Amino acid sequence: MKKTGAKIFVETLREHKIGTVFGYPGGVLLPIYDELYHADIRHILTRHEQGAIHAADGYARATGKTGVCIATSGPGACNLVTGLATAFMDSVPLVAFTGQVPTTMLGNDSFQEADIYGISIPITKYNYLVKETSHLKEIMYEAFHLANSGRPGPVLIDLPKDVQAIEINNPPIPKLTLPQKPKCPVEERNKRIEEIAALIQDSKCPVIYAGGGIIISGANEILQKLAEKISAPGTTILMGKGGFPEDHELSLGMLGMHGTRYANYAVSECDLLLAVGARFDDRVTGKVSTFAAKAKIIHLDIDPAEVGKIIQTDAFVIGDAQEVLELLCKKVKKKTNKEWLKQIHAWKKEYPLSYEKKSNVISPQYVVEQIYEQTAGQAIITTEVGQNQMWAAQYFKTSKPRTFITSGGLGTMGYGFPAAIGAKTGCPERIVFDVAGDGSFQMNIQELATAVYNKINVKIALLNNGCLGMVRQWQEIFYGRRYSQTTLQGNPDFVKVAEGYGAVGIRVEKPNEVPSAIQKAIEIDRPVVIDFHVDPEANVFPMVPPGGAINQMLDREQK
Amino acid sequence: MRHTISVFVENKFGVLARIASLFSARGYNIDSLSVGETTDPTISRMTIVTQGDDQIIEQVIKQLRRLMEVIKVIDLTQSDFIAREMVLIKVEANQDHRAEILRIADIFRGKIIDVNPKTMTMEVTGDEGKIKALIDLFKPIGIKEIARTGKVSMARGKQEKQQ
Repeated sequence: MKKTGAKIFVETLREHKIGTVFGYPGGVLLPIYDELYHADIRHILTRHEQGAIHAADGYARATGKTGVCIATSGPGACNLVTGLATAFMDSVPLVAFTGQVPTTMLGNDSFQEADIYGISIPITKYNYLVKETSHLKEIMYEAFHLANSGRPGPVLIDLPKDVQAIEINNPPIPKLTLPQKPKCPVEERNKRIEEIAALIQDSKCPVIYAGGGIIISGANEILQKLAEKISAPGTTILMGKGGFPEDHELSLGMLGMHGTRYANYAVSECDLLLAVGARFDDRVTGKVSTFAAKAKIIHLDIDPAEVGKIIQTDAFVIGDAQEVLELLCKKVKKKTNKEWLKQIHAWKKEYPLSYEKKSNVISPQYVVEQIYEQTAGQAIITTEVGQNQMWAAQYFKTSKPRTFITSGGLGTMGYGFPAAIGAKTGCPERIVFDVAGDGSFQMNIQELATAVYNKINVKIALLNNGCLGMVRQWQEIFYGRRYSQTTLQGNPDFVKVAEGYGAVGIRVEKPNEVPSAIQKAIEIDRPVVIDFHVDPEANVFPMVPPGGAINQMLDREQK
Repeated sequence: MRHTISVFVENKFGVLARIASLFSARGYNIDSLSVGETTDPTISRMTIVTQGDDQIIEQVIKQLRRLMEVIKVIDLTQSDFIAREMVLIKVEANQDHRAEILRIADIFRGKIIDVNPKTMTMEVTGDEGKIKALIDLFKPIGIKEIARTGKVSMARGKQEKQQ
């Protein structure tokens, strides 16, 4: 039986158990959208292609499954660029399909033509331009395999219109023939793990530094077991939140620029740093030469290119975090590190995270704390980027993987709301809060229509301070309070905007109204925007000045 | 330090763009690049000459290895290797200089492949030092044009497995 490329496309999605896609149609996608018209696939129509790819990204991060999005050629494809780069930086499994002009018109500067293959090379794990319908099925099989294996990442498939329309004989299920990358021999790996176990045994002040690899690999339980066995305090970076329970007595909270004082002190003083699934980002290390300067550094990562990229390591193993930690956990012996834990405890007691509580104006940190309280810590949190992101990271104690979803590497404003839509689509039984700022929210505010129409009942906790808070904070501290272009004059009435879209808007101006407003938002079975008018003077502390050592932090008293 | 790196890649469209993009995205420079088929026509061998300290070269190699189409990467600079480049040089050749040009070509085992009343063009193969010496000798006479292939290299002795 003959089938069109579009039919093969839909069938191959079904073969990969893809039940939901996010997309936006266009002229060159007509064959595919005609097929989707009666396909057994839920297509969520966003209001912007960027909304579609961030939603697919949020879906992938919340579920661990590969997210799928579709955009048309030219401008549609170009609107995916930020989303691809976001997913690439944070190793998120996505397959993005773009329409393309027919192969006969490629390269002619045709209407709505853009070389998305060329554009997306540096921001995808891999990408394809399908030139023959007969290649389509195999390419899709490869793409889904690549996106969610090894170090995951986004894969883009560019589909010219004629490739979608041409009929060919039904292609068989392909056998993948991807090149195998050389692996470390088992004996060599085991030897290294024994060496690392010996280093751990010799250490007196170990610290575990856990990144996004823990979440991707599902290594959180074994990591906790290891930390308890060797009595090592664990710090999770932004991408690792949920990889080690933050309410655990060994948890140090977040590390880095806006990390806790005790995490930054612990890493600065430790004699062994076990980095797992993390890549020593500049927002984590500060000045690299002083980062964990007293420690032997051990790096466990799935990507060989990450080892030695930023910092020289004393030992490393390449592999899946869960697999390697299981092996390591068997090799280490129980130890107590009593003195070290006493020191950690003292730091925690002396330097807890704190913020100024005012009686007449809402502190943004209090809002985050209240979301934590009112949801018993069980909500999925997405964030926008900036102060809202850091307050969410500091004050929402995340205890389970895949419940804190944020654009860590690229720092994409406008990410959180569509990501919340994706997360809620993947986990409809969960409460999903987007902790937002008024700047970021407006970058994809149009997705309110998507949430309302599709009954994706996410809650937006808008920390409305009327400014681009994080940049403003830097201007305040480092640029003599010259607030150049960081005041958002002309902001709309967000309650009315919400209502205009058919969502619910709640305005909150007093601290004592915060808990009840959050409770109400949870109870309402619709998308809700809670417009918290928060203290515009509030800043994120502690703070490591850019390029500084992480144990040299500014606090609100000494800024 | 300069490094000569051999990269075996699948012979597919887009590979060169990926490798060039990898270098440009990270701010690394390619001094020279040559590409050609190996004994297996589905596999090409690239010779890339690049510069950087040990950490940069280590990153270059690791990043190259991450690419899907890259089958094998060898830093030839780590071992004993041979490197040759071919160059076409067109020099001014008036009556006074013709004899000298021929003499230099002979010493460098070059071949004159084009002569006209005003210029002579020769083909010379050699390592970097030899090509440089040749160019230096011709400079006073007047070089009109140069085309270089970029270096091709392989390790001495044993055959390098492509897989």
